[in-house]
Amino acid sequence: MNFKHKYVFLFPGLFVLIGILIFPIIFTIRLSLSGWNSYTPEMNFIGITNYIRLFTDDPRFWESFFRLSFLSVTTVILQYIIGFALALIVWREIKFKRFFRVIFLIPMMTTPVIMTVIWRTFFHESLGPVNDLLGNLGVKPILWLSDPVIAKFTVIIVEVWQWTPFMFLLLLAGLLSLPKEPFLAAAIDGASPFRKFVYVTFPLMAPISIGAIIIRLIEASKIMDTVFVLTSGGPGTATETSSFYIYIKGLREFQMGYAATLSFTYLVIMIISLTIIAKVLTKLMIKE
Amino acid sequence: MKTIKTCATALISALLVFSPVAYADKWSDQFPHIKATGDIPGECSYESMSKKNYKGKTLKINTHAVPVMGEPTALHAEQFAKLTGAKVDVTHTPAGDLYAKAMVPFQAGQAPYDIVFGFSNFINDWKRYLEPVPKKYVEMKQMQDVTPSHIGIASWDGVMYQFPVDGDRHYLKYRKDVIDNPKYQKKYKADTGKELRVPQTWKEYGEMAAYFNGWDWDGDGEKEYGSAEVMKKDDLMYAAFYSRSAAYSKNPKTPGGFFFDLKTMKPLINNPGFVEALTDWVAATKYVPPGGINFGLGDEIGSFGGGQTLFSFSWDDAFVAAMQPDSPINNKVGAAQLPGAMKVWNRTTNSWDEGFNQAPFFVWGWAVGVAKKSKEKEMAFDYLCFFANEANHQADIGIGRFGVNPFRNDDFKADVWTQIGWDKDIAQSYVDTLAQMEESKNRVFPLRVPGTFEFNAALATAAAKALAGQLSPQAALDEAAKQWEDILNRVGKDNVRAAYSVGVAMEDNKL
Repeated sequence: MNFKHKYVFLFPGLFVLIGILIFPIIFTIRLSLSGWNSYTPEMNFIGITNYIRLFTDDPRFWESFFRLSFLSVTTVILQYIIGFALALIVWREIKFKRFFRVIFLIPMMTTPVIMTVIWRTFFHESLGPVNDLLGNLGVKPILWLSDPVIAKFTVIIVEVWQWTPFMFLLLLAGLLSLPKEPFLAAAIDGASPFRKFVYVTFPLMAPISIGAIIIRLIEASKIMDTVFVLTSGGPGTATETSSFYIYIKGLREFQMGYAATLSFTYLVIMIISLTIIAKVLTKLMIKE
Repeated sequence: MKTIKTCATALISALLVFSPVAYADKWSDQFPHIKATGDIPGECSYESMSKKNYKGKTLKINTHAVPVMGEPTALHAEQFAKLTGAKVDVTHTPAGDLYAKAMVPFQAGQAPYDIVFGFSNFINDWKRYLEPVPKKYVEMKQMQDVTPSHIGIASWDGVMYQFPVDGDRHYLKYRKDVIDNPKYQKKYKADTGKELRVPQTWKEYGEMAAYFNGWDWDGDGEKEYGSAEVMKKDDLMYAAFYSRSAAYSKNPKTPGGFFFDLKTMKPLINNPGFVEALTDWVAATKYVPPGGINFGLGDEIGSFGGGQTLFSFSWDDAFVAAMQPDSPINNKVGAAQLPGAMKVWNRTTNSWDEGFNQAPFFVWGWAVGVAKKSKEKEMAFDYLCFFANEANHQADIGIGRFGVNPFRNDDFKADVWTQIGWDKDIAQSYVDTLAQMEESKNRVFPLRVPGTFEFNAALATAAAKALAGQLSPQAALDEAAKQWEDILNRVGKDNVRAAYSVGVAMEDNKL
């Protein structure tokens, strides 16, 4: 039997990898070096003109990137805190534990676009129930979607509601897999619940926490559907994120070449920044 | 014998005279949408379509989201399917995505949709991918009634690429029961020292809207507001801004371009006229309903049509919605030309020309074409012809949320509107307003140049930033002008100039 035959079995996987990962990246890079748009729909070669434009003449992209950083970091931190708290609650022996576990997961199981439409209706400033309810309590209408600052927090509220269950799920799985011995030892030593959490639970959960945070950061950095439905990036550009901006340039204004430049640059930035974040989190959270 | 002969003649005459009504009864029983008129004989009537057989064939349509244009598309698709046996798949797309949804497959040489809806100002970018409307449709009776300006809008270099289904312009809508109310006229005069009347200028519009903002002036127990406007960035807000700008920037003494100076192709959108308009608009954020800064076209129609605001300006839809029998403000609204201004920017002298100036904005409207690569062109054109047949058209223009507006000579007759329950004076003021706009010699037409979507998107983003308080009006428009320069450089000044010159010639009354 020819030993080299084993490589034949790699071909299907390799073929898929090339088809769905390598080719799109190479195609995007090539497209980014072209001026493809609505009036010149061709893969011409314009060198690094698009990259020069991005780095010297497109503050909107960088604004959207910093906005995205704020939104994703804030939402993930909130999701982590709330998700961890909920996981700790149902980790204990409480009544209706299974019921609560299912309830906490419901937001994640709903379709983001549909739920965002419902949230948009809730937050509608003149017709929505939220302001109506606040009005009954004597609170003036809040400009949930029209105020540049408040609109960001509205996006955060929806994102946190939708994706905290994911964090909850990962952290609960982590808690359930923890060894019992450290907790027994802590109990024998008479450690308070707070000290138990700080010195036992949290350190033991650190590797899982890092994984959960990184996964959510990757997802949160692609935030698009919530912004698209809830605010369309507005008011003005107050909630415009990088992915939404790339979508506007590519699929609304039809600047395909330039949108490819934005996409590739964004990909490189995300790979670098997430690698750094993972390293920093590991250093901070995992003590040797 | 003579009696029998007379009776027979009378019977035959009656049958001949009422035969269309017989058809009308037959078809309106099945299709209640046309119950007011019944079927109206023609090349694309219900009767004619029922003789076509498209069984086993599928027609794919990309149209706007429901209700504006999306609802009539779906309704007529369902009717067309019943009549012809065809299967019709309708995809609904938000306004901001209509352009790309067609362009992606166009450029890839594919035809996932046989019919694509968009705006008429896409024509320059789309025309190379659209099938010209065949001669038999261009020459049919139904098309002969379309106004020459709308035939021109649907055509480029004399070739019709878009099938006329809609005709648009922006004008002012106001609450007649407030503006004409002696009690409020007296109160307004006492409180402000000014006359309450149909606003003649944008400044008057702003003053009145601010005065009538945030209190229950129609006694329905709910607060009402000053104005409903399309302010949402990706929802045609650029058109609303051009409407507000026209009076300040379209100077009949300086022909040769409203958006660009045709000679130099320098963008004009950051001149003091446009800045004044944007300053007014920023002030308007204070007198729109809560959340009004995010109003798209559908919201604007619902808000004014539902009786929430004193004023509105945009397409006909909000006005028609307000005039529907089920509207709380049925027959309580008036139409007038867009407000003017007491000064207009003169780009030649670089100063303001004092005096009243008014400039109607012809936004044109929804446009629809058949993909060149479609394999079902005949069925596609039949569907469009059916969509716009006389019975459907008459029913559609009476439903505000449909977004189908007058574009036929018959639509400009008051009788058409009184027949559907409008008060005579309102119907007359409505058709007079439309007619005055047609007759104006100081009109603005939208940009129909290569890359039009990029230009409008850049302007909309800048204006949205000003409305949100992120930039001052001057800074926002300077940013937009800079982007227009960049787009010009990418597209090529000469390409844009060549296309823009057609619109300028229309504005300068040379076409």
